[in-house]
Amino acid sequence: MLETTGAKKPVTTNPILDATGVAKNYGAVAALRNASLSVLPGEVHALMGANGAGKSTLVKILTGAVRPSGGRIQIRGETREFSSPGAARRAGLVPVYQEPSLIPDLDIASNLRLTRTPVEPFAEWVRELGVNDLSLGATARDVPLAIQRVLDLARALAAEPHVLLLDEMTAALPADLAERVVDVVRRQSAAGRSVIFISHRFVEIAAMCDRATVLRDGETVGVLKIETGVEERIVELMLGAKIEKARGVTHGARSTATVAGPPRVAVRNLAVGKLQDVSFELANGEVAGVVALEGQGQDELFEALAGARKPSAGTIEVDGAAVRFAHPADAIRAGLALVPGDRSEALLMHRSVRENIALPFSAPFRRWGPIALRKERATVTAAIERLQIDTRAQREVQRLSGGNQQKVTIARWIAAETRTILCFDPTRGIDVRTKREIYRLLRELAGQGFSVLYYTSELEEVQHVCDRAIVIFGGRVVDVLPVEIADEAALTRAAYGLPRQSEVAP
Amino acid sequence: MSVTAAGAEAVPLGKRIRRFMSDRPLVPLVILLVLLVVALQILRPGIVNERWIANTVKFAIPLAILAGCQTMTMLTGGIDLSVSTVATMAAFIVSTQAVEHGPVIGVALALLPAVLIGLANGIGVGIFRVHPLIMTLGTSLVGIGCLQVYQRTVIATGTKVPAFLSWLGTGVTGGFPNALLLFIPVASLILFVLNRTGFGRLLYAVGDNERAARLSGVVYWKVILALYVGSSLLAGVAGLLYVGLIKAPSLSLADPLLLPSVAAAVVGGTSIFGGRGGYTGTILGALILTVLTTLLTILQMPEGARRILFGLIVLLVTAAYLRIVEDR
Repeated sequence: MLETTGAKKPVTTNPILDATGVAKNYGAVAALRNASLSVLPGEVHALMGANGAGKSTLVKILTGAVRPSGGRIQIRGETREFSSPGAARRAGLVPVYQEPSLIPDLDIASNLRLTRTPVEPFAEWVRELGVNDLSLGATARDVPLAIQRVLDLARALAAEPHVLLLDEMTAALPADLAERVVDVVRRQSAAGRSVIFISHRFVEIAAMCDRATVLRDGETVGVLKIETGVEERIVELMLGAKIEKARGVTHGARSTATVAGPPRVAVRNLAVGKLQDVSFELANGEVAGVVALEGQGQDELFEALAGARKPSAGTIEVDGAAVRFAHPADAIRAGLALVPGDRSEALLMHRSVRENIALPFSAPFRRWGPIALRKERATVTAAIERLQIDTRAQREVQRLSGGNQQKVTIARWIAAETRTILCFDPTRGIDVRTKREIYRLLRELAGQGFSVLYYTSELEEVQHVCDRAIVIFGGRVVDVLPVEIADEAALTRAAYGLPRQSEVAP
Repeated sequence: MSVTAAGAEAVPLGKRIRRFMSDRPLVPLVILLVLLVVALQILRPGIVNERWIANTVKFAIPLAILAGCQTMTMLTGGIDLSVSTVATMAAFIVSTQAVEHGPVIGVALALLPAVLIGLANGIGVGIFRVHPLIMTLGTSLVGIGCLQVYQRTVIATGTKVPAFLSWLGTGVTGGFPNALLLFIPVASLILFVLNRTGFGRLLYAVGDNERAARLSGVVYWKVILALYVGSSLLAGVAGLLYVGLIKAPSLSLADPLLLPSVAAAVVGGTSIFGGRGGYTGTILGALILTVLTTLLTILQMPEGARRILFGLIVLLVTAAYLRIVEDR
């Protein structure tokens, strides 16, 4: 079952944590089939996997947040039931998550008391991590975010865990603090403690980790020793067979040169949320894909373009003129509208299909008066037909299937003839047929001169819909791939911040 | 569910009835209203006649208008607890000013505080995001305070309900209460606004999913401001009508209508969480509550028991109604 690739570290002791055959089913869906993870004492072990590989499910099982449907977890050779986060903690596995876990309205001392963390060792760790002026009486809310992350780590260390689980915890840290964290983690492993490290940054993994376990489709597909050049091998493992059956482009790519005039949307040095400096252009008649690992700030980018969030720096230009959106209404007036990834954020669940599609019509003040019902019905019906929405249950949108609901959210902007649609992962969790219909529709729109910005978490979609792929990593655009070479392998490499593979002869 | 009916009719009868009710949520309300009237007729044979109906309608109308304020605010997930104060203020001001300045200026003066309170509510809820319950309760208390101050200045004048309001409030023409002359246009307007205008759509949209409305370009505070001003104006109009019916302006004139106005909207199927409901149900709710009050009165129970029963029935009816109508 466990295929071990690469040279193993000489095993002198038994693993401190040994999970084998872990499975988790949600109804008929298997989130994990056969995952295993074996961590040796004093080892820093990276856990890796593409989106949907089952990484977060495994973490939830290890930390006691979710009960596994099968498999066995041993700590120091003893089989343990991780029935609750508390039980996992008592077994010696302490997690530190990406988001701060201190309760914002309590002071630091009270936060420590909640987890029964001894104050002395905690304070020592805080100093060790390079924070010298912490007052225990400070309210957690008033402590800067980066310091809060350090406090989380110090609190975890003070509990003297056997295994420390760091889930993307360095992502929000400034470089100097991240280095301190890496230092401390290294010393932990020297002291015989183990660390499970989850990160998208190969640089950190190379600096810290001894081995890496790679998950794909809910299974452990390899355990590798970290050495130079291992990145390529890890990406290969994460992609698996997909690398061979990379599909060709399913549509004729549009040549950017044919469209004259300024780009439809130009983003220059935009900083918003996790994004520090993002620049790209979206041409008329183009579907541009945005590719990023989870949590790289792509949602903030889309919200900024839709006027739902204010950027802290940089400019957005529409048709060559700089714009500043104070409200989504401003963006809609400029012809930019967001189709959010979560349908429940876009739909009036208790209202009819028609009202949902017609909603933007009534929004401006001058349209508050009587509705021209006949005209509205014609427009809405045209949009429903164009998207082939199944309207048998149209009295309440919540009775529609997920795919049809998603079509309604898109139909709204088709009916409003919005020139630029910002689609944020619109095909998540919907059936294959509807997905194909959405691809076709977006291509059609592009053919008519509309433009679409398309974020997807399913990389294979890029070649189905997009003309280019804009890859974001670490707050910046790291690469823009033309569609011909934007297969899953190339996109995955780019999304992890790796350079393009040198052109190899076929 | 547990019923596994064999054969072609796979959908059990109970479920079919619930589907039907869910598609026509007004049917159970009409049935309940008829049942109450029948019960009344059985307990007091002969009571249900033309005069009784006119009287019931007369008393249900001010309640139905105030319940209209609640319906519209509740559709956005809000509530307007200042309606009784606004109604009382309008009633009291018109009764003291119309004598001197004539009916037109009297009514205009009476509706002025309504607009001011509505603006305050709208700004507080829409812009500063104060919870509607707190905001409207606050403006209500401020309003009553102002009215007390105002009362001192007009003690010498005394109060007199203008004749046209008495005619409107209590008069009956050809068996129909004159109040319908006001109510039919008002109710039609509310129904039209809710069902056929962009503004009405936005009320439902904001209450159903504020984020979705925002992403569709709906500016929350504009909708809320217009809503609360409209609600307050409507409450002022209800106050004018109510003082014509009661004919004794006081500083607590419309207070007894406040909670029933909320109850009428809820009984009529409007969700206090927003997004669901309508004014037709509210009108039926107001009628149901008015008949229920009569029913409890003729049972000659002590006041306390009557109130207890009233409260319990409102709770029961609402729970049962939601059970019937929510088809999940």
